[in-house]
Amino acid sequence: MADQTPGRIFRQGLFTENPIVRHVLGICSTLAVTNLVVNTLVMNAGLLFTISMSSLTVSLLRTVTPVRIRMMVQTLIIASYVIVVDITLKAYLPEISDALGPYVGLIITNCIVMGRCEAFARNNPPWPSFLDGLATGLGFSMVLLAIAVVREILGFGTLLGARVMPEGFVPWTIMIMAPGAFFMLGLFVWFVRARFPDLFEGSGESRIAPKGSP
Amino acid sequence: MTEISAGTLFFAAIFTNNILLTNFLGLCPYLSISRDYKAALGLGGAVVFVMTFTAGINHLVYHQVLAPMNLEHFRYIVFIIVIAAFVQLVEMAVERYLPALYFVLGIFLPLITVNCAILGASLFMVIRAYTFTQAVVYGAGSGIGWMLAIGIVGAIREKIQKTSQLPPGLEGPGITLIITGVLSLAFMVFSGMIQIQ
Repeated sequence: MADQTPGRIFRQGLFTENPIVRHVLGICSTLAVTNLVVNTLVMNAGLLFTISMSSLTVSLLRTVTPVRIRMMVQTLIIASYVIVVDITLKAYLPEISDALGPYVGLIITNCIVMGRCEAFARNNPPWPSFLDGLATGLGFSMVLLAIAVVREILGFGTLLGARVMPEGFVPWTIMIMAPGAFFMLGLFVWFVRARFPDLFEGSGESRIAPKGSP
Repeated sequence: MTEISAGTLFFAAIFTNNILLTNFLGLCPYLSISRDYKAALGLGGAVVFVMTFTAGINHLVYHQVLAPMNLEHFRYIVFIIVIAAFVQLVEMAVERYLPALYFVLGIFLPLITVNCAILGASLFMVIRAYTFTQAVVYGAGSGIGWMLAIGIVGAIREKIQKTSQLPPGLEGPGITLIITGVLSLAFMVFSGMIQIQ
């Protein structure tokens, strides 16, 4: 694991180990805000900041963190960065901060952030860890952005607030409500897995969810 | 928010504002543990228990300790510590005094700390300015709603595994998300009965 080149890390984070299509983890807080592209962009920026900075910090502290309490330490590091994101949003983007509501705070319990700290950052030097966090976050943002674009176009007939569908277009209300998000993500995962089966060689049900482990 | 009675809020948290189906919280364990019905219900039970208590404890901590000291921004850290500590305590207590219950819930308890629904319930309670009673009732209702959702999906998935042939790529998370979409659609029937936002 020590000779990770940046290119390899990015390829893994964006494609072969893409956190959403491969593991379908960490979608809780972020899927909720995919009804508008603007909200998704802001949320993804917050997530990118949190995941890369906490990977960096966990990696810097990896030699001094006692193994037994590392989960608690990681959680506290993540929570500190989330507070930074939350305060920044409240100060500079108050409307979006209101729209996102509690979901910014819920980045703390996003399994992907902790997953990368646990799986990569605590055994690797700071720079590759930072890149790994960034790459994973980008892979994650990519998928959610794709879902947000479809949901906003079909649900409101707009893209980033600008009208893209013709005048007579009747918005699909279902798309901006909860079921729309579930259907979109389900179809997306299905499409990617069916189209690129070699990407998921050996990643059957058992790999995704080892029984009795988080 | 004081005009909503506890009973109404309880009903709303289960049906009209189901924490999983309308707020997308707690999806990770939901997708990975729902393969069999029994395990799903076990996890659901643990969530109901932990959520009820942590919503109450966090309410007290927030309004008695954090708010008077103007430390509201630290609520994320404090809530997550309260949840982690509570889960740890419950795990030890259950293992020591109720071994039968530990056998059922034991392996699920550590998973709960990272369940976004638990933290989510506490954060919603702060944003919507619930009173203590409302917070506890909301926690219990959300937990039961979550258990209901994971139980239904667990049962459906178990059936699907035994009887159906799925197209490649759809098995696992794909089909679960689509079932969840349908379920969420079904639960939308309740919306409009009560409005809690």
